[in-house]
Amino acid sequence: MTSTVDAAPYTVEEVCERFDPVMGLEVHVELNTATKMFCGCRNEFGAEPNTHVCPVCLGLPGSLPRVNARAVEGAVKIGLALNCQVRERSGFARKNYFYPDMPKNFQISQYDDPIVFDGHLDVPLDDGSTWRVEIERAHMEEDTGKSLHMGGATGRIHGASYSLLDYNRAGVPLIEIVTRPILGAGTRAPEIARAYVSALRDVIQGLGVSDVRMDQGSMRCDANVSLMPKGATEFGTRTETKNVNSLRSVERAVRYEMGRHAGVLLSGGTITQETRHFDEQSGTTSAGRPKETFADYRFFPEPDLVPIEPSAAWVEELRAGLPERPWERRARIQTEWGISDEELRDLVNAGALDLVADTVEAGAPAESARSWWVSYLTQQANTAGVELAELAITPADVARVIALVAEGTLTNKLARQVVDGVLAGEGAPDDVVAGRGLAVVSDDSALTAAVDEALAAQPAIAEKIRSGKTKAAGAIVGAVMKATRGQADAARVQSLVLERVAAGS
Amino acid sequence: MSELTRLSAAEIARRVQAREVSSVEVTRAHLDRIEAVDGGLNAFLHVDREVALAAAEAVDAEIAAGTVRGPLAGVPVAIKDNVATSDMPTTCASHILDGWRPPYDATVVRRLRDGGLVPLGKTNLDEFAMGGSNENSAFGPVRNPWDASRVSGGSSGGSATATAAGETPLAIGSDTGGSIRQPGAFTGIVGVKPTYGTVSRYGLVAFSSSLDQIGSFGRSVLDAALLHEVIGGHDPNDQTSIDAPLPPVVEAAYAGARGDLAGVRVGVVRELSGEGNQPGVLAAFTDAVRVLTDLGADVVEVDCPSFTYAVPAYYLIAPSEASSNLARFDAMRYGLRIGDDGSHSTDEVMSLTREAGFGPEVKRRIMIGTHALSAGAYDALYGKAQKARTLIVRDFAAAFEYCDVLVSPTVPVTAFPLGERVDDPVAMYLADLCTIPTNLAGNAALSVPCGVSADDGLPVGLQIMAPALADDRAYRVAAAYELARDTSSGTPFAETIPEPAVLETTS
Ligand SMILES: [Zn+2]
Repeated sequence: MTSTVDAAPYTVEEVCERFDPVMGLEVHVELNTATKMFCGCRNEFGAEPNTHVCPVCLGLPGSLPRVNARAVEGAVKIGLALNCQVRERSGFARKNYFYPDMPKNFQISQYDDPIVFDGHLDVPLDDGSTWRVEIERAHMEEDTGKSLHMGGATGRIHGASYSLLDYNRAGVPLIEIVTRPILGAGTRAPEIARAYVSALRDVIQGLGVSDVRMDQGSMRCDANVSLMPKGATEFGTRTETKNVNSLRSVERAVRYEMGRHAGVLLSGGTITQETRHFDEQSGTTSAGRPKETFADYRFFPEPDLVPIEPSAAWVEELRAGLPERPWERRARIQTEWGISDEELRDLVNAGALDLVADTVEAGAPAESARSWWVSYLTQQANTAGVELAELAITPADVARVIALVAEGTLTNKLARQVVDGVLAGEGAPDDVVAGRGLAVVSDDSALTAAVDEALAAQPAIAEKIRSGKTKAAGAIVGAVMKATRGQADAARVQSLVLERVAAGS
Repeated sequence: MSELTRLSAAEIARRVQAREVSSVEVTRAHLDRIEAVDGGLNAFLHVDREVALAAAEAVDAEIAAGTVRGPLAGVPVAIKDNVATSDMPTTCASHILDGWRPPYDATVVRRLRDGGLVPLGKTNLDEFAMGGSNENSAFGPVRNPWDASRVSGGSSGGSATATAAGETPLAIGSDTGGSIRQPGAFTGIVGVKPTYGTVSRYGLVAFSSSLDQIGSFGRSVLDAALLHEVIGGHDPNDQTSIDAPLPPVVEAAYAGARGDLAGVRVGVVRELSGEGNQPGVLAAFTDAVRVLTDLGADVVEVDCPSFTYAVPAYYLIAPSEASSNLARFDAMRYGLRIGDDGSHSTDEVMSLTREAGFGPEVKRRIMIGTHALSAGAYDALYGKAQKARTLIVRDFAAAFEYCDVLVSPTVPVTAFPLGERVDDPVAMYLADLCTIPTNLAGNAALSVPCGVSADDGLPVGLQIMAPALADDRAYRVAAAYELARDTSSGTPFAETIPEPAVLETTS
């Protein structure tokens, strides 16, 4: 494919001297339901090609779809989290077009009665302000399979000598979230695009209904961009940049398209309504396969399915169970823990915020919880080369270790050995304490005996202590700690030594 | 013709289950009959003697061990070839499915097997069930046992002819605009379109999803009812399936044959029962209505003015859905593939395959439907047709408020000569005039033979329509009529079906 010759991009500042940008963002989110949208096949990323397929998701003649109730639940949750209204009666529709990775050559989607509609998301921006993005609708549909184009240089269909088809993804539940046109963003348009997708990702992650991994395609963004002369009210011709697969790329793609549009328009050209591909390497977009500007999908009501009618009581139940918005949670946590912006950022960057919060929720003091996760456990994660969250220890385990230290069962040193045991798969903290025999020796009679023994073994030192040189007690404490293999509380031993000497031992 | 191939399904079941005859003997008799007459009739597209006999043997062994799977255990059955079978090909009488064997059984096929019925094979049809004469089959037309120069009707022509000619006592068909009732009428047997949603469509290769309905053929009302109860009932694999008990159709067939029709109000649909009918058809129908009156029914005339929109509405809705349903036949995953020689793109292979694999009527309907759904035409065509559909539903509702059942001729004409209407699709489509309203409204209807037309000696069908989920009413009236008809003539109508002339293979 010959790439189109692009006019030299202008910076967004230059663009916005002459134009107002208009953006529309369409985000597809794959739900992480156990099974697919319309059949019982497993919904799993990365399996051997064509192993999660059946007559329904292969669209075999005679097969019929069956709606996955969990997918409807996921869609409603997303809608509620985006402040949308939930439609009382919402139907499926067929979107007809031919493509080899779509087994029926139509996609079951929704058309004029999406399950949720008319919402908004208040998106936090870097400077601490928020930007309200209006949500037009979110609807349910099924994902397509995947084509692998072989033998060509580009991996695209053009120039390939043959294609392989994997239908594992065919029929995976997909929610498409469509914004209303985003107006008035000016030079901040690229930032707002990224911040919106980021906020959406965080919200959906908080709901637990999708993995929202842009790198794995479980969250995909199409960015529509157009320019209109400053002060105009009629939108310019838009382009749609498809499948932008990272937050950074969303920002770059919007910035690039704004500059490119301005270049074309300012040189007297016109923008072609088309889909474009974003190239990560060069940070530029190129025209997609030339196709007619108007695709007629011949939508009509899906006759194999009956409309969905979510009951008001069920919707309210879901609404009541919605989690806090991630950024609101962060703000609350910061206040409650009394930590600085910088400390909060460190926690977030270390991927420790949720872990610390969950540890606090499991009963630990914020300070200890934070300390465990950002120091010792972060070191262990770095050593093992894994993410903090991937360590084989739960926030509840960490909270238990902290409690054991607080009640005197463990010293800090022993506590680290217990954590090592948990990480090594020896079980829960209490199992490790029991298994390794790590509890602090707190039985005073046993300790007293050990102290007496040490004093008897070093009468000269005992005499020094008796004469008031209490610093000499350190040698006795050391001997006792050695004798108890470190499992005694050193402070307790120290006071016992002084007590026994005073008692004339 | 063996005596066994003249028996009703009910009688075969009784004898097999009483071990007076084995299912293997019955099955072999029907397989022999197929071998003897089907070369000329072309009702079957696929018959596997070994598989059928093995199934029969298994049923015999179970019965010998004291297990009877159901009321029709041991009885052979034929299956229209647009219903998925895991042990037989499923062609839809189209080359586009060449070589395809489904990896699964349709729900009705599973229910047949679970009920101990013995599938004999797959029957011919109009390609993808699109047609009313069975001349649109890629494997040649089906001939009418009453007159081999005439059509069997369609689209379930193979199932109808096979049942009429004694090749099988029972058959499964599908009815989208009359495709069971019309060939049933043309071949002189009983054909039933149950209430939409009461027999699972899972595994029926879709023509028009909102209209398609699987149903039963038999040579008697009771036989059709017995098969109906085996295949009917809720199926979670079909979301349009109604989660309600199946109407008691067997009980109704017995009740009808026992009693009179006192207190039953029968509405004659004026729009379907007048001058538009062939004189012999109208005479036979009028005579049937007189019999109903004699049985004590309260016969009235009713108007269903919107029925006149039924044919045009149907010929927009059905092709629209078909254009989408048939999009999957693209050579990518199964069936025919043309042009895969390295010199054609994927799009070209799809086009070449669809060009070669679909017959002209299928292409015509795909094009009509594609147009009717297109952005510029949707409101004026598909949208308007759906509005007409709503009016037809209302006409039925109003009529059923007053009447228990409605009646009309099943088809305005008798079986026409092969080739006569091939080049006149509109004339072909008008043959569906009386049957289509029921598909659009989703209620129940059946066709029961009501004698022969004086014009040509060919059978005529009486259509009895009942409200949704009241299929039993149609059975009750049909069974009462059937008994009165046979009593007055002195010979069961099924025994008057002539022995088909032995013809050269037509396919
Ligand atoms: Zn599947």
